[in-house]
Amino acid sequence: MSVIVSADNLSQVYEVRRGLFAKPLGLKAVKEASFTVEEGETLAIVGESGCGKSTLARILTMIEEPTEGELIIDGVSISAGHSEGAKRLRSTVQIVFQNPYGALNPRQKVGAIITEPLKINTSLSGQQRREKAEAMLSQVGLRPEHYNRYPHMFSGGQRQRIAIARALILDPKILVLDEPVSALDVSIQAAVLNLLADLQDGLKLTYIFISHDLSVVRHVADRVLVMYLGRPVEIAPKEALYAGPRHPYTKALLSATPATNPNERGERIRLSGELPSPFDPPPGCSFNPRCPYANERCRTERPLLTEHGPTKVACFAVEEGRI
Amino acid sequence: MTLLTIRNLSVTFDTASGPFKAVDGFDLVVEAGEILGIVGESGSGKSVAMLGLMGLLPPSATVTADALAFEGHDMRAIGARERRRLIGAEMSMIFQEPMSSLNPCFTVGYQIKESLRIHLGLDRKARHRRAIELLEQVGLPEPERRLSAFPHQLSGGMSQRVMIAMATACHPKLLIADEPTTALDVTIQAQILDLLVDLQKDHKMAMILITHDMGVVAETAHRVVVQYAGQQVERQSVETLFVEPHHPYTSALLSAIPERATGDRLPTIPGVVPGQGDRPNGCLFNPRCDRTDDICRTVVPPHQSAALGEALCHYPLNTAGKAA
Repeated sequence: MSVIVSADNLSQVYEVRRGLFAKPLGLKAVKEASFTVEEGETLAIVGESGCGKSTLARILTMIEEPTEGELIIDGVSISAGHSEGAKRLRSTVQIVFQNPYGALNPRQKVGAIITEPLKINTSLSGQQRREKAEAMLSQVGLRPEHYNRYPHMFSGGQRQRIAIARALILDPKILVLDEPVSALDVSIQAAVLNLLADLQDGLKLTYIFISHDLSVVRHVADRVLVMYLGRPVEIAPKEALYAGPRHPYTKALLSATPATNPNERGERIRLSGELPSPFDPPPGCSFNPRCPYANERCRTERPLLTEHGPTKVACFAVEEGRI
Repeated sequence: MTLLTIRNLSVTFDTASGPFKAVDGFDLVVEAGEILGIVGESGSGKSVAMLGLMGLLPPSATVTADALAFEGHDMRAIGARERRRLIGAEMSMIFQEPMSSLNPCFTVGYQIKESLRIHLGLDRKARHRRAIELLEQVGLPEPERRLSAFPHQLSGGMSQRVMIAMATACHPKLLIADEPTTALDVTIQAQILDLLVDLQKDHKMAMILITHDMGVVAETAHRVVVQYAGQQVERQSVETLFVEPHHPYTSALLSAIPERATGDRLPTIPGVVPGQGDRPNGCLFNPRCDRTDDICRTVVPPHQSAALGEALCHYPLNTAGKAA
């Protein structure tokens, strides 16, 4: 297996105006994120809202250019200020968004939605585009006669299938899935997850699966990257992460996920407090105000990702053997 | 002691394409001090049934019931004035979207004190004291300062805490929580669920928890009602529901949860929840069920015995050793 995506120290800073004359504040949505994705695997990115998952998705799909750092996708480098590579990669990386109700233009027919990428990126004739789109519709579990319908005629699960069809029509190698099932009911969610698994097997796709739902991630991922306040705090193979989470935040996240077994209601790690404001991140480790293991060093120095067995974790408590 | 009795509640909406029955034959008995979970997919009528009870539905809705009794009050015959006296005091509700449930024009303090003034008639000083106390109870840091905060200055979790403070301000006997944690992150969800369960124990109030998340139900509820297409398909205690579901829909719903899956593909339920125009004859679940036969397609199933979870099914599952 070869590395298809490699991110090196990616950062994204947004300037946020806070009044007419006030100096704009820099909001660091993603900070020094480094990771790699192997061809054909599923890397899950988990974390709570505001941790930078979606910003990372926007960088990976080249909707936004990172303010710092370098991203190499399929051998082509995209770095801050050099985005010529991006154009070539547009059809290699595609994205499926969270909300299938908002992601499809209600005034376009399904056919137009799916063929638009072909119109822009290929020189296929109208007839060829239509054939390709109809084949894609059946591949995602819809019927070719849906080609002439409008998005409002479909349920949430079917709309997500349309969004997946649109993303796959250019034969991408990498699919970024930004919370693809979180707006769906559990029975529909299962069907969409199965479809994604079938497509991955059939088309040899690489998935970057962004989610906040750890039970879904456990089902789909090969490796998991946990983010907190813009930084990766733990990267581990799925088995290792679920069997023995290392970072205190990962532990809390796992134990906060409700177990679907009423006999397992037990004492859980309850985090106190909420995510700190990204405008004013705490000094040292950004998790220290909520961490039960925080000491003086955690409050002043910032831990870096270090390897512990199969896991990479950014925590002093783990490094010093305190947990 | 029985707090709430609902028998055969139906809610019908007048729509442009004819009447639509959103809730059909809804029965519910809530004892004082218990947590009852209502689960179902979107469109199964779980919220509408509760809004019907509270009298919060728009005029296009027709609510009928054989019995709708709360603490000896007949909620069907009750006048608007009387209803307003009960709602917010004896029975209150928290909603899914904490951000949009608070009025953005008024401070948190004003909104909490409003119900204290109207229902309890406390004077200004007592209201202020009580409001601070309430915010402390729901675990909001710096309660005194928060009273003068506007909703947009609060995060989702904090807004939900404020909503809970408002809903429990008058020590209600029944709290209806409609998807209270759906919009929140898991760590915050865990905090809010803990808070609700603690308050429920402290005040000995009953709670109806509406959710689509089986995990939330497993974590908090004592009894569970499973709702499908406006009908209750199963009623059981939470311990047995997760081990021995009796209705095929419950069973399918449970096995579709990624956490319980064994293989690398999830078991799914084919088809979709029937809408207004495509209601099947007989059992509403028959087009999606793998045990369907001709009886299911023609005859409306009865509720089975309590030992079989009162499953609304001709052929309930896990019947071994149970009287039909």
